[in-house]
Amino acid sequence: MSQIQQISGRGIPLTGDDIDTDRIIPARFLRCVTFDGLGDHAFEDDRHQMAGKHSFDQEVYQGASLLVVNANFGCGSSREHAPQAINRWGIQALVGESFAEIFFGNCVAMGVPCVTADSEDVKSLQRAIANNPQLTLTLDLGTLQIQGSDGLTLSVSMPEGARQSFMEGLWDSCGQLVTQIDAVRDRASQLPYLSWT
Amino acid sequence: MSKGTLFDKVWQTHRVGALPSGQTQLFIGLHLIHEVTSPQAFAMLRERGLTVPFPERTLATVDHIVPTENQARPFSDVLAEEMIQALEDNCKQYGIPFNNVGSGRQGIVHVIAPEQGLTQPGMTIACGDSHTSTHGAFGAIAFGIGTSQVRDVLASQTLAMNKLKVRRIEVNGQLRPGVYAKDVILHIIRKLGVKGGVGYAYEYAGTTFEQMTMEERMTVCNMSIEGGARCGYINPDQTTYDYIQGREFAPKGEQWEEAVTWWNNIRSDADAEYDDVVVFQAEDIPPTITWGITPGQGIGVDETIPTPESLPQSDRAIAEEAYQYMQLSPGKPIQGTKVDVCFIGSCTNGRLSDLREAAKFAQGRKVANGIKAFVVPGSEEVKRQAEAEGLDKVFTEAGFEWRNAGCSMCLAMNPDKLQGDQISASSSNRNFKGRQGSSSGRTLLMSPAMVVAAAIHGTVADVRNWID
Repeated sequence: MSQIQQISGRGIPLTGDDIDTDRIIPARFLRCVTFDGLGDHAFEDDRHQMAGKHSFDQEVYQGASLLVVNANFGCGSSREHAPQAINRWGIQALVGESFAEIFFGNCVAMGVPCVTADSEDVKSLQRAIANNPQLTLTLDLGTLQIQGSDGLTLSVSMPEGARQSFMEGLWDSCGQLVTQIDAVRDRASQLPYLSWT
Repeated sequence: MSKGTLFDKVWQTHRVGALPSGQTQLFIGLHLIHEVTSPQAFAMLRERGLTVPFPERTLATVDHIVPTENQARPFSDVLAEEMIQALEDNCKQYGIPFNNVGSGRQGIVHVIAPEQGLTQPGMTIACGDSHTSTHGAFGAIAFGIGTSQVRDVLASQTLAMNKLKVRRIEVNGQLRPGVYAKDVILHIIRKLGVKGGVGYAYEYAGTTFEQMTMEERMTVCNMSIEGGARCGYINPDQTTYDYIQGREFAPKGEQWEEAVTWWNNIRSDADAEYDDVVVFQAEDIPPTITWGITPGQGIGVDETIPTPESLPQSDRAIAEEAYQYMQLSPGKPIQGTKVDVCFIGSCTNGRLSDLREAAKFAQGRKVANGIKAFVVPGSEEVKRQAEAEGLDKVFTEAGFEWRNAGCSMCLAMNPDKLQGDQISASSSNRNFKGRQGSSSGRTLLMSPAMVVAAAIHGTVADVRNWID
């Protein structure tokens, strides 16, 4: 499993609180049996309504890899289709004021770090990117800092368990979970309800 | 940290061990899967050459994409047909029980597990659907998960989880006539906010919840996720046991006694410690309705749409977005707002008691001209029971359409969708932009009784006007 310690690239701002999973990927695009192609439909309805003005449509942000969002991003559904769509569009990490819990967990499981920063810091980062879309940003999970090519420095936070998972390459828990199958069976044998049905 | 709560006890009972990340490996007692979030998980299993060690602890059904009118196979929607076939094939390959359409046991995953007695107190439950929190009504700890985690549960029957804090939300007293479980949870979310519950499990306690039926408790727990909480639960009691007893998968005979003893022990202790406590009075809760684009943007049916000045600074930007999207004016009463579509159903309010309550108000009345109104039972079983009671006739005589079981317009992955900027009175759980199938469609969340009132008047109306 690969370690994820640093992510560098250009940023893309997306402003607004409470951006829910239905906006990230409208439900009609969930009619699929693979995640392939979801990247094309990220924020489909918002993009259509903003007629090219949505940051995902703006020429200057094409190829960006760090998405900067506001509060409670990814609230709503547990659908992993939402972070998958964002990731398949090209985003490798998110910086925000706060994230909805299941969305955050889905991102960890996919190897996409989400870090948080103070509201004012996030807004100033969004402004900095808008003023200079060519700015290169480096998110360092070791120092929990974002460095900009223009000298910008920003402290960010991430729950320690998740941070360690990325640093040590343990973010994909599946491998560890299956190796404990004897302990799992042992735990199961102590649960009375497993023998009731 | 909390101590002695049901959450703490269930967590401890299901803890397999600590992972190198510091997370807990948690055993999942019941895994529910459906067609939308599972196919990619099975593909991941195959890629890694993994098996499913506890197939009998998983139950599959199909709910999101099933048409509610013509359910003949193949479905006319080829993508939907592909999804149901993928689930059929996956269940067959891995030996997972599957409640398919026409089996008599199909329905919304959060409706069928309780009605078959699979959902029980003290369990951990996971499902690739955020409304898994519904099962907390039984005193289970039930998490909505993403597809990678669906893979994890299939492959190991466990999840890597961080322990949550526990907030006790106490509501005491008697709800006023015309006020339902849906209003209680909309009120709680209005007061605590859509992100108020992040990091928490919600324990709903107090005399109001104690007096509720199991189906009412499910409505409350169902929407915990809309308040940002990962799960919500109510301690099991005699009401819980009476509901479970006799159902297909309920413990029987001597095992029943053993079960009740275990369930009583799993309840939160009288001196349990909580990370936070919030208290509400039932009498203060009005019939509540949303006016905006998040479930937290709710008001009493008597109130006016809030003006920006009346809102905290932090809520104003999303309110501005809501006024514009919803085409509603701040300061104006919500009552009298014209509606186009009225929908009764979903995992929040598609149960038999919801249909009974709605039918009481539909009885002898007529849906207003030009209104599309329809009722979608939450399961094949709910449909059968409702028909046995004649509820279908009450609805159809009033001008509602009577459909087959499924998630329907709640998220509109099937043909039931709003058109253009139509506005719906909906008993579902999310009023997000575009949620009900049209990118400009608008949703007003309310109780099923209030949906009937809207259907009959053609506008948002106060159901209490029909109550003496």
